[in-house]
Amino acid sequence: MSTLFLLLILLLGFLITFQIAKASEYVGVLKGEKKNFEANNRINGFLMIAFLVLGLIGVYWCNELYRGKILGESASKHGEQIDTMMYITIAITGVVFVITQILLFWFAYKYQYSEKRTAYYFPHDNRLEIIWTVVPAIALTVLVGFGLFYWFRITGEAPADAAQVEVTGKQFGWIFRYPGKDGVFGKKYYKNIDEAAGNSLGLIWDDPSGHDDVVVGNEMYIEVLKPIKLIINSRDVVHDVGLVHFRQKMDAVPGTPTTMWFTPKFTTDEMKKKLGNPDFEYELSCDQMCGKGHFTMRAVVKVVTHDELILWKAKQKAAYVLAFPDKDPSAQPKIDTLPKNPSTAGIN
Amino acid sequence: MSNEATLHGHAATSHDADVHHDEHGHHHKETFITKYVFSQDHKMIAKQFLITGMIWAILGGLMSVLFRLQLGYPDAHFQILEDLLGSKWAKGGQIQPEFYYALVTMHGTVLVFFVLTGGLSGTFANFLIPLQLGARDMASPMLNMLSYWFFWLASVTMLSSLFVETGPASGGWTSYPPLSALGDASEGSKIGMDLWIISMALFVVSSLLGGLNYISTILNLRTKGMSMTRMPLTIWALFFTAILGVLSFPVLLSGFILLLFDRHGGTSFYLSDIYIASGKALPNEGGSAILYQHLFWFLGHPEVYIIILPAMGLVSEVMSVNARKPIFGYMAMVGSMFAIAVLAFLVWAHHMFVTGLNPFLGSVFVLLTLLIAVPSAIKVFNWLTTLWKGNIRFTPAMLFAIGFVSMFISGGLTGIFLGNSTLDIQLHDTYFVIAHFHIVMGVSGILGMFAGIYHWFPKMYGRYLNNTMAYIHFWITLVGAYLIFWPMHYEGLAGMPRRYLDYSGWLSFNQFGGLNRFISTVAMIVFAAQLLFVFNFFYSIFKGRRVITQNPWGATTLEWTAPIRPGHGNWPGEIPEVHRWAYDYAKDGRDFIPQTEPLGSNESAH
Repeated sequence: MSTLFLLLILLLGFLITFQIAKASEYVGVLKGEKKNFEANNRINGFLMIAFLVLGLIGVYWCNELYRGKILGESASKHGEQIDTMMYITIAITGVVFVITQILLFWFAYKYQYSEKRTAYYFPHDNRLEIIWTVVPAIALTVLVGFGLFYWFRITGEAPADAAQVEVTGKQFGWIFRYPGKDGVFGKKYYKNIDEAAGNSLGLIWDDPSGHDDVVVGNEMYIEVLKPIKLIINSRDVVHDVGLVHFRQKMDAVPGTPTTMWFTPKFTTDEMKKKLGNPDFEYELSCDQMCGKGHFTMRAVVKVVTHDELILWKAKQKAAYVLAFPDKDPSAQPKIDTLPKNPSTAGIN
Repeated sequence: MSNEATLHGHAATSHDADVHHDEHGHHHKETFITKYVFSQDHKMIAKQFLITGMIWAILGGLMSVLFRLQLGYPDAHFQILEDLLGSKWAKGGQIQPEFYYALVTMHGTVLVFFVLTGGLSGTFANFLIPLQLGARDMASPMLNMLSYWFFWLASVTMLSSLFVETGPASGGWTSYPPLSALGDASEGSKIGMDLWIISMALFVVSSLLGGLNYISTILNLRTKGMSMTRMPLTIWALFFTAILGVLSFPVLLSGFILLLFDRHGGTSFYLSDIYIASGKALPNEGGSAILYQHLFWFLGHPEVYIIILPAMGLVSEVMSVNARKPIFGYMAMVGSMFAIAVLAFLVWAHHMFVTGLNPFLGSVFVLLTLLIAVPSAIKVFNWLTTLWKGNIRFTPAMLFAIGFVSMFISGGLTGIFLGNSTLDIQLHDTYFVIAHFHIVMGVSGILGMFAGIYHWFPKMYGRYLNNTMAYIHFWITLVGAYLIFWPMHYEGLAGMPRRYLDYSGWLSFNQFGGLNRFISTVAMIVFAAQLLFVFNFFYSIFKGRRVITQNPWGATTLEWTAPIRPGHGNWPGEIPEVHRWAYDYAKDGRDFIPQTEPLGSNESAH
């Protein structure tokens, strides 16, 4: 009912606007084309300058309103560099924005039609044109220089002592794999994936280096102040690992593993205190459109201390053990032979 | 005297200039079909493109209103939506995820290709190239007609995809595989995706037929005296646009064909190592999903210049005419458009900084991308200088031209953020990107198009649009566009991902509920203002104030030397000869000097 009411109001608004517009056209013709044009020109000239003033005030106000709501201090060391770069770019573009917008609307206002004025024939000026080719070029060189300096630092090789976690995206969730005590990820093959048999990543059970791999969903535990390298995969379509607080983002592409690394600065608990928000969590979001559940593809990143991480890892059971409970080393004596699993047949 | 008579009191005089003019011989009688449907007259084809584009713009805009409704009011129930759209798409009056993603995909596809490419280039290249160059028609009127009808077929195919049971394509306007390749991964990737690909293929054909025609007309059919450097900037812009299209659309088509093979031919161009959640491991191995992105963006990036260059051309022309001053730095304007056109092909991978692209390769694309800012800056400063010391008439077209420059500055500057790979890590696929490309491509493109429509409507239909409605339309559109897109930058800086149905489940992104409601409300108001324009447009075709002078804006270019309502062939009798460039305004104490006037004995060419 209210929708219908709204539509009716809209229609009425249209009719009124139309009638006014029509009437003003008649009045214009009667008043004389020239007079009418001059009146309209003055109104629009005034609106130009009004738009400029109100617009700049609006920009300032919007800034005040939202600067507390965008991200605070970066939670990773790479993020600090991105933030620095952001401030440099905001400063340079901000100055250009204000100057050019003021010139645009002020010129429009100042040089509006007047019977007394004749336009100035000014087809070109090489000196001016060289100035505004060279100045932007220099400004952009500065930006490219800073940008690439940080870019290579961020995308460079991870330190050798970085911890590793494999992240795999799927419709619609995340799977995390830890290499276990041996620090090596076991081999996997996508045709081995069998959710029912507890093999959500397609691990090849014949590969002993995978026997201690821990596979968990939806929560990633990492250690504070220690570089972490993520090896990113996708099981189906393109996803993207987005970590806003760490200022990180990398696509998850089926068939082509990608990597990123960073060093978290604060534990989740420290962030809770820092922000005064007991519910704070680091979130991992999917940033590449992946289907109808795209917006629900959330995981939580728990940044913990070294000891807490050891404690957490001790509680995890390897995927191999979960898939073959009878092979649990803590339940029975060590086995010598590897299990033969038919699902690996035909894999090289 | 009745009002109608007041308005059209001078109508009688108009017939003097409005001669009917099938005088250049070989013209047979036109029927309704040959005049309005299968017309080979470039002016009629331009109108066909324009009106088809407008219909798409309304549909595409309506789609955005629907998904903004969801984003602004995620918890509300709009019963009317279920009544109209059925319970599959809008169960309980709430937009369902599949429908939401179909809407954003169609909104993007329709606006980018059908409105801002077909509607913009199609309209103004067809209308202005022969008229401003002094040609009777396009080099091949037949291909030109086919260009429109392929566009029409593409439109019908795309429209039909809205009505299939599994819905239209819903993998985003970029349609990245594997999502777009696998019906099992998404409902929209079933028949809807096939229709999308077929429609886009037809669109590419239309665009190529049109583009080749524009290029050959510009190169071959210029009237006597119309050297390339005497052409108005509109023509230069449309020329570069056509070249970009001809060189890049075929690459897109090849990408689509491979996608079609992957969908139905069992090939693995884009597919590898895929396990679908329903429990199926696909046999495809060794393909690269990233290959598609390269092919797509090889068109996709030039595409944004295919949109913005014609707008730049229209704005340059409108601005010069209404500032009563020559465009400042004509050669620099042409040179910067050339630079933009060349660089357009060398920057595509800046859409792919976070796909795992080699960081060194990324750095090359950073450099090339930020280089584009230089010609863009030149253009902006030249427009500003064109206004300086002018004698500005705020016709509706001029208002839109000024609005265009404002928007282009704002959106261009945020491009410097996104083109810098370091910042792109944080901003990629957030609302910052939405704000950036809507401002610099969407809003700027459409403002440029409006400038063109308001300026050349009198030439198209021999009548004026209503000024009061035009002013209302302009101010609501400009203010509204800033109110919608400016705050989105802040959402993007907060990392808020785009293409989310609902942010309430997220701790990091749920702080903008109020802002999203505000944006949605403004979006609806702006959409209503566009309907006002549409009404003004169609009303004025039939009832607008008549044009009674041949050259109502006091412009120098050739289209205003043609009769008020030119017939097929444009000029009765001889085609005019050109003696000077298109921008002799305020020269030697004269308001303007038409291009057809020979240089005076002691007059210097610009």
